Amino acid sequence: MIDVKHLTKSFGDHLVLNDISEHIYPGEKVVVIGPSGSGKSTFLRCLNLLESPTSGTITFNGMEITDPKSDIDLIRRQMGMVFQHFNLFPNMTIRKNITLAPVRTGLMKQNEADEVAMTLLRRVGLEEKADAYPAQLSGGQKQRIAIVRALAMQPKVMLFDEPTSALDPEMVGEVLDVMKELANEGMTMVVVTHEMGFAREVASRVLFMADGNILEQNSPKEFFANPQHERTKLFLSKVL
Amino acid sequence: MDLAQLYETFKGLENPSIWQEFYVKFYNAWFFEDRWMSYFRGLVTTIEVTVIALMIGVILGVLVATIRTAHDQQRPGSKNILLGIVNLICKIYVTIIRGTPMMVQLMIMGFVIFASSREATLVGALALGINSGAYVAEIIRGGLMSLDPGQMEAGRSLGLGYLDTMRFIVIPQAFKAILPALGNEFIVLLKDTSLISVIAGKEIVYFARAIITKTYEPMFPYLITAVMYLIMVLIFTWLQTKLERRLRQSDRR
Ligand SMILES: Nc1ncnc2c1ncn2[C@@H]1O[C@H](COP(=O)(O)OP(=O)(O)OP(=O)(O)O)[C@@H](O)[C@H]1O
Ligand SMILES: [Mg+2]
Repeated sequence: MIDVKHLTKSFGDHLVLNDISEHIYPGEKVVVIGPSGSGKSTFLRCLNLLESPTSGTITFNGMEITDPKSDIDLIRRQMGMVFQHFNLFPNMTIRKNITLAPVRTGLMKQNEADEVAMTLLRRVGLEEKADAYPAQLSGGQKQRIAIVRALAMQPKVMLFDEPTSALDPEMVGEVLDVMKELANEGMTMVVVTHEMGFAREVASRVLFMADGNILEQNSPKEFFANPQHERTKLFLSKVL
Repeated sequence: MDLAQLYETFKGLENPSIWQEFYVKFYNAWFFEDRWMSYFRGLVTTIEVTVIALMIGVILGVLVATIRTAHDQQRPGSKNILLGIVNLICKIYVTIIRGTPMMVQLMIMGFVIFASSREATLVGALALGINSGAYVAEIIRGGLMSLDPGQMEAGRSLGLGYLDTMRFIVIPQAFKAILPALGNEFIVLLKDTSLISVIAGKEIVYFARAIITKTYEPMFPYLITAVMYLIMVLIFTWLQTKLERRLRQSDRR
């Protein structure tokens, strides 16, 4: 589904991603873990070209994202992204946050989008917040709305960058629950997270990144039971 | 008693009290030969100049801010040369305008560039507009840059184009953020119209001075001028507060 070949990214002369090749298959739930600064966010952001790779190619369902001639907006419409800091639009109601993109991109009419928004909001238990503004919501609620906003575009894959890291501990669960539900429905997901419990439970594959490389990867069961590299063992001993 | 009669009486007094003297001076500055009308002629000019300068300032400001922001937001590696040149011109413009006094700019415009023009008021409006444009540009640019880049990223990641993201997400928030600064700039502009009298622009100060040359009494003409400006600024500040309150609606908790 997403094919990454020889992806390299540097900021100035700081090499952040070092020749990464990886393939993400339909329906997979790939969890990316690793120490801070290892390039996890950069890797994820390259997948929908929020960062432009220094070299290498990324192909999504046969479309080469990294080709300057490809219509990046068209590709992004099929890839949802959820940010650490939610990035809801504070100048709009929740309803508008959710319906803006589907309507403006011509995916739906306003009334269809409103219906989709209400259905999705009901699923995450926030239908009574449709006319509220983001400033009126808790962190956990904001992040559930952010997920709904991305889902309203009916994406084929969802990218999550530490979706629970900015949340108070008591709100982490409600967001992870929504993500688990999404996983059970068969959504293809790439998740950067520090929630090892989520990785164990939901991941079909765990990638461990260090210093701009994917150092090792495995099924969650194998990965946590038999880490291969010293770096991995060290990291796991700290977070588990 | 009739005001004019009172004036004649006080004027004839050998030893008038201080209040009677003030009355005579005020009468000279305001009622005598219907002088109050010339202040209002000046007021109309002031408003005209402000509106013209504001339009020039906003158009220039938006243009320059757009060019400079677009230039700064280019992807590294895909620099556009033409945009680079235009950006440099914008930078020079902003630097010169912000680096020199308004009064000097006005004199260069009035006595050098448009020395032969008879439209002093219009030249003044142009000079003020060009001046204001540089400040408005910096205000807008600051507003666009102060916005969390995550907002642009969120818009783009949903598949919205650059222009749609600007229009629905970035600009409305930036506008709200810069409104107080824009209001200040507008007040500065309104008050700076008083400077165009140095190139013979016919606004309030110009007429106040004309009256002083006849009465040799500067106090009341200048006080009247000050009060007129103050009232205009107060009215505007009130309108601005109302607008800001309406825009704050989405922040309520
Ligand atoms: N826009 C940028 N400009 C310069 N350097 C950057 C930029 N973004 C990231 N970096 C650098 O790239 C490296 C990898 O950053 P990245 O955010 O991908 O790490 P991460 O694995 O997501 O870390 P964390 O767990 O802290 O989020 C870091 O050293 C960071 O300082
Ligand atoms: Mg990160």
